[in-house]
Amino acid sequence: MKSGKQETVPIANSADVVLARQKVRQWAMEMKFTLVDQTKLVTAASELARNALEHGKGGQMVIEQVENSVKNGLKLVFEDQGPGIPDIEAALRDGFTTGGGMGLGLGGSKRLVNDFQVESQPGKGTRVTVVRWK
Amino acid sequence: MERIPILRMGQFLLVTIQVDMHDRLALQLQDDLTEKISEWSSRGVLIDISTLEIVDSFIGRMLANIAAMARVLDAETVVVGMQPAVAITLVELGMSLTGVRTALNVETGMELLYELRGDFHSEMGG
Amino acid sequence: MSKLPEMISKHEEAIRADWLKTMSAATRRSDLMSSEEMKAQSQELLAAIANGTKSGEITNLDGPAWNAVRELLTAISASRAKQGFTTSETATFVLSLKQPVFNVIRKELAATPDAMFEEIWKATHLLDKLALLTADAFQDTREKFIARQQEELMELSTPVVKLWDGILALPIIGTLDSARTQVVMESLLQAVVQTNSRFAIIDITGVPTVDTLVAQHLLKTITAARLMGAECIISGVRPQIAQTIVHLGIDLAGVITKAKLADAFALALQRTGKSVISTDGGNTKKTLFKKEG
Repeated sequence: MKSGKQETVPIANSADVVLARQKVRQWAMEMKFTLVDQTKLVTAASELARNALEHGKGGQMVIEQVENSVKNGLKLVFEDQGPGIPDIEAALRDGFTTGGGMGLGLGGSKRLVNDFQVESQPGKGTRVTVVRWK
Repeated sequence: MERIPILRMGQFLLVTIQVDMHDRLALQLQDDLTEKISEWSSRGVLIDISTLEIVDSFIGRMLANIAAMARVLDAETVVVGMQPAVAITLVELGMSLTGVRTALNVETGMELLYELRGDFHSEMGG
Repeated sequence: MSKLPEMISKHEEAIRADWLKTMSAATRRSDLMSSEEMKAQSQELLAAIANGTKSGEITNLDGPAWNAVRELLTAISASRAKQGFTTSETATFVLSLKQPVFNVIRKELAATPDAMFEEIWKATHLLDKLALLTADAFQDTREKFIARQQEELMELSTPVVKLWDGILALPIIGTLDSARTQVVMESLLQAVVQTNSRFAIIDITGVPTVDTLVAQHLLKTITAARLMGAECIISGVRPQIAQTIVHLGIDLAGVITKAKLADAFALALQRTGKSVISTDGGNTKKTLFKKEG
């Protein structure tokens, strides 16, 4: 995967979550993603940025243009130094929110992107990497 | 702090969400609505999200909460104007917002509210 | 420090002439491209490669010195893909540059066989990379073209029809796969917004089989439509499909289904407050069905 331009957005408060959404929207529009794909990616970014803030006690998002041999894509990496996720499997399942309860929004976000990777250990923070290809 | 304005239309309340809300603004709206419904004994709430380009799980839960709290206060809630891309994304996210009534636009939304709770004549007319 | 840049610049004209001569009739495809065009392309490409080698960097072609060559090769592959050349014809265009370049190297370094080998290796390495780049760009253009055609085909094969004010119909013909269902879903929901339709009838008479994935996609479409304030009715459910749905344990709770599109239409009309009355020469009236409520 080749990498291109990138931008880092700090996530320290809820206004930053809105900023993160807007940045991802800008980048996705520039790369001419379809409206539905844009919406899915921005929504996933919102979920994951909020996770980094609420669960991870703050962190950052890095946006990066990527390409493989056949297509272009947008990669988002959410990193925090929070408590980490003890059971990733369960978290992915719990993300299935139906209007009540907490849920980490992880499982839902996974369905909104093409590539999805979670790295986390209790006490060592969390890193979520997602890619949406055009 | 900025707040989302709540318009009173007879016995109904109309809220138009146009800004990209941060979480605190959304929670403020929840509080303000419950307060107003109670204060004015409103029988229905119409939430227009036709210009909202993103509805994530937080906003989704907000809408579901508003509907639930309104119902406890004997008011119906109708959410109108959800954009196709937003609807598709919400479904993929896993939220079906059961308990939240929906309509295509403000006009059909108001019709629905009258159907559900309009057993009187309001000064705003039909 | 490689002598390649120097050698290529010095003998650019000769290399080009040799290259055009070497290109066999097969890769030349004079039926697809005029010889003037071929000459112009070769000239431009060789000049750009010569420039690129001048930077001294001949192994890593990602840098700015090679921008011009990369862009040129992408443009050349794209236009050849559209013109109907094959992948190998297009890549051979670049590879056939080897012989002329090797000839020059041999002439210049005949006295020093080790240096000659060194330069030949560098040259072949460089040209191989360029040829692969060309092949990738070619592949990419072809795939994009095919994808666009598929999209157009999908749109054509699932038109959304307005049956009446506020009532849409979507007759689906053929098999539904993941990609197609996405397109179908999006065009239906767009149509709902644009026509302010409260009802959308999805007719699956022309769908041979329904598996779990297709059913899931249909359910997603219905849920999304509901979120927007529209109700979906599924019509054309054949007995076999009904059986499959039950076998697979798919839960259609809350989804209205009708065997025939006509029934679905009648239901939608009723729900939107319409009655259908038959008049016989203006005198006898027979109410076929009445609106609800």
